[in-house]
Amino acid sequence: MTTKAELTKLYNKGKKRKLLAIFSVFIAIIIVVLISISFGAGSPRLPEALQVIISRTFPFLNLDPGSALAQTIIWDIRFPRIVLALVAGAGLAAAGVTMQGVLRNPLVSSYILGISSAAGFGAALAIVFGIGVISFVGGYLVIGNAFMFCLLAMIIVYSIARLRGMSSETVILAGVAVGFLFSALLSLIQYISPDSNAVTAIVFWLLGGLYTATWEKILICLPIVAVTIILMMTQSWNINIMSMGEDVAKSLGVNSKRVLTVNMLLETIATASIIAFTGIIGFVDLIAPHIARMLLGSDHRYLIPCSIGMGALMLLASDTVARLIIMPTELPVGILTSLLGVPFFIYLLVSKRRRSFG
Amino acid sequence: MKLCINKLTFSYGPISILKDVEFDVGLGEMLSIVGPNGSGKSTLLKCINRILKTKNNTVLVDDQDTCKMNLKELSMLMGYVPQSSSSTFPFTVFDVVLMGRKPYIHWNISERDNEIVADMLDYLGIGHLGMRHFNELSGGEQQKVIIARALAQQPKLMLLDEPTSSLDIKHQLEILCMLKSLAQSKERSVIVSMHDLNLASRFSDRMLMLKNGCIFALGTPEEVLTEKNIEAVYGIKANVSTSFVGKPQVTPLMNETDLFSHTKLSPVLEQKH
Repeated sequence: MTTKAELTKLYNKGKKRKLLAIFSVFIAIIIVVLISISFGAGSPRLPEALQVIISRTFPFLNLDPGSALAQTIIWDIRFPRIVLALVAGAGLAAAGVTMQGVLRNPLVSSYILGISSAAGFGAALAIVFGIGVISFVGGYLVIGNAFMFCLLAMIIVYSIARLRGMSSETVILAGVAVGFLFSALLSLIQYISPDSNAVTAIVFWLLGGLYTATWEKILICLPIVAVTIILMMTQSWNINIMSMGEDVAKSLGVNSKRVLTVNMLLETIATASIIAFTGIIGFVDLIAPHIARMLLGSDHRYLIPCSIGMGALMLLASDTVARLIIMPTELPVGILTSLLGVPFFIYLLVSKRRRSFG
Repeated sequence: MKLCINKLTFSYGPISILKDVEFDVGLGEMLSIVGPNGSGKSTLLKCINRILKTKNNTVLVDDQDTCKMNLKELSMLMGYVPQSSSSTFPFTVFDVVLMGRKPYIHWNISERDNEIVADMLDYLGIGHLGMRHFNELSGGEQQKVIIARALAQQPKLMLLDEPTSSLDIKHQLEILCMLKSLAQSKERSVIVSMHDLNLASRFSDRMLMLKNGCIFALGTPEEVLTEKNIEAVYGIKANVSTSFVGKPQVTPLMNETDLFSHTKLSPVLEQKH
């Protein structure tokens, strides 16, 4: 028989193990960041890169920022791309893990909920016809349109689900249906587009990529992602309890319909603000949460931070490989996230004794 | 604590489930709800803790209308154990019981919350399962975990929906004894829906017999479990004797042909492959 004191001790030991898992993921991120800034087109390696980053991040220290070439390569090209990879990976994974949790379904991702297709359609509309829901200047037309269509898809899914009592099944089915609708419309645009260059541009956009990263984009994306992630983390307990079903959640004081609505909104804003800038980057939001769940279980207080780290790590590692593997040109990152992520995921899936869902 | 149910009526769309159900439950009382399948037992429990919404002034706790309370306040008053539980994602037993502390915590759990969880696991004799995964336990063990979770809410009223229906006889007796002792400690009341009339008779202070969503009989086991009532509600002829522990004991009297009169097998079942 386990005594009470032993039980509490065991629980606290488990807690330490979870914190250690999260800590390891973040250490891994730092290592990959250091590797990523050290390699790529151009000569700067780790020491110069660190010199540039430190002196430019803390200008008041008046350090020597190094040569103009090193500054351009590191500060204007490599580093913003790394930061965008981390922000995008973190945001997508956070959105994925919370939506899987509130919808009680391990297959949920932004693809399933129709958000990706809607973003693709919005972007295509802007690329081919130059039509925007709200007119931004220059390149922001595509970004703004992709973002607005994500929100539109969410509003449609929400309205349909609301008619049927906001059950998780209706949200998912409505999401799938809306996703098909937007991908049909996207195909239609590609089919009827008079301009073959525009079709190529759409294909590139749909493949997704971080090569367009600039500090300006990061300054828009980062605050939105940071705020939504923090708000998602405040939902941890609610999401844990929703795993036991709607009735039980209610009997424990959790209004699952409200939690679902809040999380749908947060997830859409986070995902939209990322894929509007990067194009569609799939898979991270589906798989990063599962890997995290296999590492430390389903308690969302630990699972959300771990998924965030795992998403950032996956996307940065994939992008670094995508950038370096066939220099001087590069592969689309979406291809690499799957090529690297799938084998690792299958390994975890078959090697773990416990199922991490169901 | 005094629970007062006032003219409770509930319907799923046009289908009426409960009609004018009225009863009181006092502090320290164990009330069992019996009745045939579909008579509204589970619905009644869900109406009491407002999983299902009813009109104003139907469920009063110490003369306060539960409609005016929010879910959190209500969850500090009532603990609920559903018929069966499963979790989509894996949680340890400790984590599941910790969920019962939800009404009291925001983000961080205190040492006190940990203590209460450990205490409840110990109380139900499942301390050794603390770090096991909930979905990997047997039905009886899961039922105890869910009861521990409801107790961790520190409720004044425990609502249990057929807590013993999937358990072996030892677990059934264990859980009912435990519920009885919870009620007898005069700190809380227990309402439990049940199918087994003899177990209900043995452990409850009062019984409520439902038929088609209406109260058919309400009173002590001796008053409710009469041969006449059982025939009227279940359509079963039974003998009611006094059991070894001095409570009414129901023995069905009908033989096989009374219960299932198809003397000829269905042709589908007679077919040889």
